Amino acid sequence: MARAISPQKKWTFTILAWIVALILFFPILWTILTAFKTEGDAILFPPAFLPPHWTLENFFEVQARSDYFRHFFNSVVISVGSTLIGLLVAVPAAWSMAFAPTKRTKDILMWMLSTKMMPAVGVLVPIYLIFKNLGLLDSLAGLTGILMLINLPIMVWMLYTYFREIPVDILEASRMDGAVLWKEIVYVLLPMAIPGIASTLLLNIILAWNEAFWTLNLSAANAAPLTAFIASYSSPEGLFWAKLSAASTLAIAPILVIGWFSQKQLVRGMTFGAVK
Amino acid sequence: MGKIVLQGVEKHFGDVKVISNVDLTVEDGAFVVFVGPSGCGKSTLLRLIAGLEDVTGGRILIDGVDVTDLPPMKRGLSMVFQSYALYPHMSVRGNIGFGLKMAGLPKDEIARKVEAAAATLNLTQYLDRKPRQLSGGQRQRVAIGRAIVREPKGFLFDEPLSNLDAALRVNMRIEIARLQKALATTAIYVTHDQVEAMTMADKIVVLNAGRVEQVGSPLELYDRPDNLFVAGFIGSPKMNLVGGRIAEGYGAATVGIRPEHLLVGREGDGWRGTISVAEHLGSDTFLYVDVKDVGLVTVRTQGEAGLRTGDSVVLRPDPARLHRFDRDGRAIRAA
Ligand SMILES: Nc1ncnc2c1ncn2[C@@H]1O[C@H](COP(=O)(O)OP(=O)(O)OP(=O)(O)O)[C@@H](O)[C@H]1O
Ligand SMILES: [Mg+2]
Repeated sequence: MARAISPQKKWTFTILAWIVALILFFPILWTILTAFKTEGDAILFPPAFLPPHWTLENFFEVQARSDYFRHFFNSVVISVGSTLIGLLVAVPAAWSMAFAPTKRTKDILMWMLSTKMMPAVGVLVPIYLIFKNLGLLDSLAGLTGILMLINLPIMVWMLYTYFREIPVDILEASRMDGAVLWKEIVYVLLPMAIPGIASTLLLNIILAWNEAFWTLNLSAANAAPLTAFIASYSSPEGLFWAKLSAASTLAIAPILVIGWFSQKQLVRGMTFGAVK
Repeated sequence: MGKIVLQGVEKHFGDVKVISNVDLTVEDGAFVVFVGPSGCGKSTLLRLIAGLEDVTGGRILIDGVDVTDLPPMKRGLSMVFQSYALYPHMSVRGNIGFGLKMAGLPKDEIARKVEAAAATLNLTQYLDRKPRQLSGGQRQRVAIGRAIVREPKGFLFDEPLSNLDAALRVNMRIEIARLQKALATTAIYVTHDQVEAMTMADKIVVLNAGRVEQVGSPLELYDRPDNLFVAGFIGSPKMNLVGGRIAEGYGAATVGIRPEHLLVGREGDGWRGTISVAEHLGSDTFLYVDVKDVGLVTVRTQGEAGLRTGDSVVLRPDPARLHRFDRDGRAIRAA
């Protein structure tokens, strides 16, 4: 990457990048700022950029009204749980596709990805009925399961692209060394794929954390994660912008922090193994 | 112990027949080399023996036990890969000891064996390094260490030296040959370098398009090639092959004569031609002689013969060293 870039060009790119980043980040910033305003200041027109009267009132009220920590706990269980269970399924699946491909492997991969192209509402009714009949509505187990399933294609794809970068010779060497399949995966494949697995894990936790369609439709009081917690503030009684913002800020804060500390892994993850 | 027997082994990839009907016996303790042109199926045959590929037909026996359907780990063989295939996340110690760990040996025994193997291969000071911190030659030795430490019934080598430079290759060649003799362990070694084949092998298996063309000691193949393919493949520079009227004169469709078995004179009977190129290597001189009705003939003479480009010479084949082949390319042997 030793390509000569003139200083002017470099400055132009830097400024452009900052502008794009700020535009993308602005809604989040606005949400956070609004969370510190009073309800009155939140609907001022023209809007005040910084809160005229800083307040923590909204956060206390939100916690008092709907117990942030219970929803937080649900979100952690669902996102981490679905990701870990997903990995247990996706690692062997990606192993077989990367290292023991058949004529149909490519088709299966495409087919798996194609399930993500269908709008989720399309299967809402059947899934809802299945959940109802199995007694999974509004349960952590049910939500963990459904999120694991909807993110599985992405997990398999990501791991597949990472695994394909690993020379098959090394796995064969471990077979010659007497490693049975699970030992080959645990002692040889996984340690070599740690960066890929880490980014898969992180990206899927984030996807599951932010997933709103299934979590809203399949949960009520008991299993509701933070997405439902936010949604409860855009209620029939009317919009309370400041409280809604406080709830949103609380909901995204953990994932924002995780994301910040794992930027490098995430970037690798989102380029799907294209960048070494 | 380690006698490896192949009976009618076949391998197809889809519709492509890569190995057809190979019968072969590798005696215990022998050093057998597979040679052949690129794509002839050497690696595939080795991988079939290793168990990394499944045979389409035939049987593989190790010490009399049918291992055809057994996975690699149950065959008791170890393999050295062309790419070395070291575990990048493990130290040299971990790499060499991995097989022993998989076999469930106690820690202190693993440590002892790993250290003994490392000492044999001059790797002791590198035991705690990662593969990426080693040179190509050192990595190769780690790969060999990993193979010998398990005391297998046989070693399988797939072009282990092809990534090394020429000088190192000669050293490693000698080291591998010495190690194999010292351990008295059966070895099958794939190469397309015929110097490696000639110098290391007890027995050479010449493969061509998935078939065994000939099996024999290096000198048998050199002195008595069974067919045109082996005649052309073994020996460097290559044997001169001549057809047409000259061959008919010997009662053959083709005659072959090695460059070192042609006598060069200025006068007399023989194949008359002019030297188009003379390569002086010091110890040897290679002459490429343009002979009428025959084409370019390679000649190898000892020392500086005082011959140069443009000289007109007469070539006389040593009759005892002349090879005759019939129309199908098979050797005609005097009864
Ligand atoms: N997995 C595979 N699927 C289809 N064809 C294969 C496969 N592996 C090998 N082949 C084919 O089988 C033939 C033999 O391959 P092999 O690797 O055994 O050759 P080789 O003698 O080792 O050649 P080289 O000297 O170049 O290593 C080749 O034509 C190759 O294209
Ligand atoms: Mg090969």
